[in-house]
Amino acid sequence: MKKDKKILAKGVEAIVFGALEAECKCYFGYPITPQNDIPELMSRELPKRGGVFLQAESELAAINMILGACATGARAMTSSSSPGISLMCESFSYLAALEFPAVVVNVMRGGPGLGGIETSQGDYFQATKGSGHGDFRFLVLAPSNAQEAYELTAKAFELAEKYRNPVMVLLDAILGQMKEPLVLKKLKIKKYPPETWALTGAKGRNSRFFRSLFLDAEELKQHNLKLMKKYQSMQKEIRYEAKIEEGDMVLVVAFGSMARLANEAIEDLRNKGYQVGYFRPITLYPFPYKPLKEIVTQAKKPLKILVPEQNCGQMVEDVKLAVEGKAEVISLPYPPSVVPFPEDLKKEIKKCLNLSKSRKV
Amino acid sequence: MSKPFQVPKSLKKNPFHYCPGCQHGVAHRLVCEVIDELGIQDKSLAISSIGCSVFLYFYIDVDMTEAPHGRACAAATGAKRARPDLMVFTYQGDGDFAAIGFNESFQAAARGEKITSIMINNNIYGMTGGQASPTTLPGQKTTTTPAGRDPETFGYPPKIAEILATLEGVAYSARVALNSPKRIVEAKKAIKNAFLAQIKNLGFGFVEILSTCPINWKMDPVSAVKAVDKVIEYFPLGIFKDKVTPFLKNLK
Ligand SMILES: Cc1ncc(C[n+]2csc(CCOP(=O)(O)OP(=O)(O)O)c2C)c(N)n1
Ligand code: SF4
Ligand SMILES: [Mg+2]
Repeated sequence: MKKDKKILAKGVEAIVFGALEAECKCYFGYPITPQNDIPELMSRELPKRGGVFLQAESELAAINMILGACATGARAMTSSSSPGISLMCESFSYLAALEFPAVVVNVMRGGPGLGGIETSQGDYFQATKGSGHGDFRFLVLAPSNAQEAYELTAKAFELAEKYRNPVMVLLDAILGQMKEPLVLKKLKIKKYPPETWALTGAKGRNSRFFRSLFLDAEELKQHNLKLMKKYQSMQKEIRYEAKIEEGDMVLVVAFGSMARLANEAIEDLRNKGYQVGYFRPITLYPFPYKPLKEIVTQAKKPLKILVPEQNCGQMVEDVKLAVEGKAEVISLPYPPSVVPFPEDLKKEIKKCLNLSKSRKV
Repeated sequence: MSKPFQVPKSLKKNPFHYCPGCQHGVAHRLVCEVIDELGIQDKSLAISSIGCSVFLYFYIDVDMTEAPHGRACAAATGAKRARPDLMVFTYQGDGDFAAIGFNESFQAAARGEKITSIMINNNIYGMTGGQASPTTLPGQKTTTTPAGRDPETFGYPPKIAEILATLEGVAYSARVALNSPKRIVEAKKAIKNAFLAQIKNLGFGFVEILSTCPINWKMDPVSAVKAVDKVIEYFPLGIFKDKVTPFLKNLK
């Protein structure tokens, strides 16, 4: 059997390889740091495979080129970084309303405004709750290393088609720009035949149309209810990683690059006998509320939850919703571009542990 | 023997929602006649835009999707690039094509996308109740230029068909009107050529159709049709770019 190729790749390159593994056919995008490697690599790789690469005149144009390509059933992807994603938000809402299966990558940089090009997790709210007007949901996947970026990007195409809904891959700049080993595994990515719904020219069938305008109140209600049902059915896509042991007194909840730091910190502390656990949401929407709540309710000792994030405190709100007041939740914000060391996290965790102990006395 | 007057095959039987005297319906019919004559109904993908004609999918019987306000040409670009075998066209208002969406329209034309765009220029935002558009005439009263458009404050209306004609990627660009039988015949020819520009792979095909909006012009339908002559004084009718006719001649 042929062995899978192992290379050294940046997170953003892993994303391109993942998209190509899923046979992405079209890429449209507009340059913005720190994700320019994606359009650059796509411009070399896609045409070789009979695909389409086009540099758009703006993110507005790029996302609507995606809309047009997806309407034909083609696998299409765009990528950008925070300000560019903001510009696309109106169209995300249309994509969701029209039920087109687009894949969007956001390599987050610091904000607000032009912010900076250093690493950030500042777009958590935007990705999970505020990526456009109206009631709609993005399925959001948050990898924490290059391998996962590769596999989740490929999976994003399958999920987009399965639910006919836009899917976002949300990556921190530092993950995008860091080189790490990547195994270019063959992946089984399911295809959902577009012939049943896509706009392919009405040959031998009635013409089809997609609209998001429903002036009739009842029709708009039905449209929303249908979408709502779909978002509910997406709950089964929840993914997370957990390391929890009986007796843990502190649980660190983090995603993306911060989860890696947290993992290193808790592994080290565990080796030294501290009772700390770790929980990493991989799908940010749907957020793993239930598993997190179960951990809290099943804990033998009262748990303290520490939520380090590369922002001023966003995911912490979902963590609070998850635990429903049954555990103390402490926000640990690191504003964009300030990257803590595992040592810093360990100090914070130890503080929590001491507090837990003193409370028990 | 001349053919009896018929409803085009690609025109759905739904009654138009347009106001009395609105020429969107006339333009729809012409597009459908052209689609039928070129035999492209089952190869077409249309992009309906945001404006009074957003409901295009209720009238033209081809595969169709709506695009956000102004983004029709970008959506058409994506569709055509993904499926070059389809005949992709947009149908947009002056506000959609030339205000909020001008960059997408201009860039698609400049790239020479093999798509066809129809812009219905009624010099106003019809759908939102009669506000000024880029192509509102100097002196024209709208709900946001109550004293009439003063070019000192609001600038001058751009002549879109002439502007696009300067672009290398544009294979066909014309301005037509629908306020006389002769002009309607010419309009249909222009629409056909704008589609042929795509079919023959020559480049971007564009037709600007001067149209009425009696309700927002505050006119009865007959006066509105006559008033288009006034519009023509600022926006002259004509073919400003035509790579199609010479191409077809060379074929013969
Ligand atoms: C982003 C956005 N801004 C504004 C609107 C409101 N809007 C809908 S149609 C329209 C103008 C339509 O004018 P035009 O394109 O000339 O079409 P007409 O109705 O005159 O045919 C506007 C401003 C919108 N739907 N979306
Ligand atoms: S508002 Fe104007 S453009 Fe819209 S349907 Fe009425 S007449 Fe036609
Ligand atoms: Mg108008």
